[in-house]
Amino acid sequence: MKDWKKFQLTLTHSWIIARREIKDQLRDWRITTPIILLTLFFPLLMNFTAREAIDFVNKYGAYLIADRLLPFLMMVVGFFPISISLVIALESFAGERERQTLEPLLATPFTDGELYLGKTTASLFMPLGAAYLGTLVYLTALTQMLNWDPPSILIVQMFLLTTVQAFVMVSGAVVVSSQVTSVRGANLLASFIIVPMSQLVIGESLIMFWGQYDVLWWLIFGLFILGLVLGRMGLHSFNRENLLGRELDVLNLRWAGRTFWQAFRKDGDTLLNWQRSVLKSVFRDLKLPALIVSGFLCAAVAIGINYAKKYPLPADLLDFDTLGTGFEKQLASIGLVGGQGWLWVLWNNTRAVLFSFIAGIFSFGSAGILLLMAPLAILGYFIGNISMLGQPVLPFLAGMVLPHAVLEIPAIIIGGAALLKIVIAGIGQTDGRTIGETWIIELAGWARVFLGIIIPLVIVAAAVEIYITPKIALMIF
Amino acid sequence: MKLVKGRAGIRPLIEAKGLSKYFDDFLAVDRIDLEVYPGEILALLGPNGAGKTTTIRLLASILKPSTGWTKIDGVDVLSHPAETRAKMGILTEHHGLYSRMRAIEYLAFFGEAYGLSREVISVNTERLLKQYGLEEVSGKRLGEYSKGMRQKLALARALLHDPSIVLLDEPTSAMDPASAKQVRESIRGLKSSSRAIIICTHNLNEAEYLSDKIAIMSDGKIISSGTFSELRRKLLGKPVVELRYKGSDQLVKNLIHESYDVSYWEPGFVLFRSENPDADNPRILDQLYQAGVVVLSIAEKSRSLEEIYLQVVHDNGSGQNR
Repeated sequence: MKDWKKFQLTLTHSWIIARREIKDQLRDWRITTPIILLTLFFPLLMNFTAREAIDFVNKYGAYLIADRLLPFLMMVVGFFPISISLVIALESFAGERERQTLEPLLATPFTDGELYLGKTTASLFMPLGAAYLGTLVYLTALTQMLNWDPPSILIVQMFLLTTVQAFVMVSGAVVVSSQVTSVRGANLLASFIIVPMSQLVIGESLIMFWGQYDVLWWLIFGLFILGLVLGRMGLHSFNRENLLGRELDVLNLRWAGRTFWQAFRKDGDTLLNWQRSVLKSVFRDLKLPALIVSGFLCAAVAIGINYAKKYPLPADLLDFDTLGTGFEKQLASIGLVGGQGWLWVLWNNTRAVLFSFIAGIFSFGSAGILLLMAPLAILGYFIGNISMLGQPVLPFLAGMVLPHAVLEIPAIIIGGAALLKIVIAGIGQTDGRTIGETWIIELAGWARVFLGIIIPLVIVAAAVEIYITPKIALMIF
Repeated sequence: MKLVKGRAGIRPLIEAKGLSKYFDDFLAVDRIDLEVYPGEILALLGPNGAGKTTTIRLLASILKPSTGWTKIDGVDVLSHPAETRAKMGILTEHHGLYSRMRAIEYLAFFGEAYGLSREVISVNTERLLKQYGLEEVSGKRLGEYSKGMRQKLALARALLHDPSIVLLDEPTSAMDPASAKQVRESIRGLKSSSRAIIICTHNLNEAEYLSDKIAIMSDGKIISSGTFSELRRKLLGKPVVELRYKGSDQLVKNLIHESYDVSYWEPGFVLFRSENPDADNPRILDQLYQAGVVVLSIAEKSRSLEEIYLQVVHDNGSGQNR
């Protein structure tokens, strides 16, 4: 009961904030003019475009294009108005800070969460309203003029897609705005939202012309999760402390360098002590992420085995009985060991961990983990193939994989775990630190693990892979 | 440094202990203690960058302290930020008005933020707009207001919910003399037995006129504090008496030099320090009269807050922007 009242109060407070901002937007011709144009004029223009395009393609019997064009244009009609939500959100969060109207608001009893919710609602209200209305205008006109009768589930998908896209853009805008003190700074950083959103729209266009509308559900779900993640980040970064704690957007390299070095060095006064502290922190901080990554790697092996059933290798390729002269080259030819020397293997493995880190940073960990899963999926693929050929799997693993994999797999797990930790820290609580400070500290933590654990592991693994694994394999087979 | 000794049986409305604030590695506020009791006005003085605004933000729970705590009417601001903010009226460093709004709707918005009913908002808005002479411009957009009008409206916003704690950051900055006087009178009128007020100001006359207590800040610390007379005595020494006369210099010299610390002497004019001018001056006057010296004037030399302030800041080696 108490929680319900608190929730009601939060909604009431948020609506007070949102209502003021919406009124303010309605008084700003720079916002109302494009909204009106995109709500009324643009859908009719799309309608006209649709009719003209259909007439044209139908002349040549390209009915499929016509069939796909109408839903695609419906998506476009919904997307254009919500693109304004990004501008409104940047203006609402960074603009209010720049105009110095934020502090009186921060001095009120409103909580940080209420301010965030109110401003987010205000940023979404007009663009979403315009997008829904525009889509309805487009649909009504098409229904009247072309007797187009889209499936109701597609309409629901379009409305949901529009909503989650707006949610992602606004959530992203809040994260961006909280890192700067001016609209100019926010606009510059907004490319971090605009570029991925452009890619997303291209991808959505492909789906629309592909006609596989079921895929949209995955997209909606993914965007919803992304919106939640960004929303959580925004909620943490939009707090009084962060908003008033910085007066200027300056790149303080000296401070950043010092913060990084302190977090990197920690209590390691000698190399040995440092190495010990890295090991300790791995066992202390990376247990849960390591467990999660291990789960993903097991899944990768399973996926590989499954793919072996679908796409089996030719039997003669895996005939271990014929192995002998030039064995190492043969192993290399099927990708089980590196064929170009120790340094090449080392570089390849180091690069893979680095790539997965970079890809993971820009994709909330997902692309990075996928990259780390790839070698395990390949391994699973071989296991699956060998098993299907009736060959024993254990000797294969013991002779060709495990000697170096016992070092490489922990390196992969630790690399993935360190990546997940950064991502979790980035979207989680910052213990009173700014997002920038949190990221610097977490990057230092990752660098510690990379240099202190992963590099030594991959160095030894590369040497084993080149000099020991082939010999063990030869002994077994 | 502790500002004021406690009062028996009365709880301070504003109480802070060991309050510090770091921004990265910059120490903006350095372990300050404050106590402001009901009915008191405290002036926070200090050069730009001394930490006054940060102190106000810490007291208002807009910022979290790195160390120390603040209690508002006995309630800890860190654990009950919304509750304590509801008791405070804050005039922020920047007036922060929404330029497309009008005064009435602006105050209505903040009234709702503080949980006031529509009736209370309406009555208080009317009263405050009248009090600050903003009635006639209440239909205009706030973007059209002069700086002084904006400042007055921001003050009205801070007072709308009749707060028991009032924190005012530069309340009369950007105002013309008439408006500043009007606002000063209004602040003086706010003084009541149930309210505590803190004013940050550069205007020393204003601080002297309005405040009961003064705290001078520099480099994040309170470097001197107390009532005006306490500070005057502590920092400028015993009061200085100025004597102008006609008659024998030697007689006057003998009389004054015997009992007082003379700081300046020239024929017909002497400056000396007296522990208690109110008691000493009539006696000196009488003795000089008996000795046949004509006294043209004898009075305690006024020493302004400006002298105190400059003395303190000079002693602290500050006064420059950080």
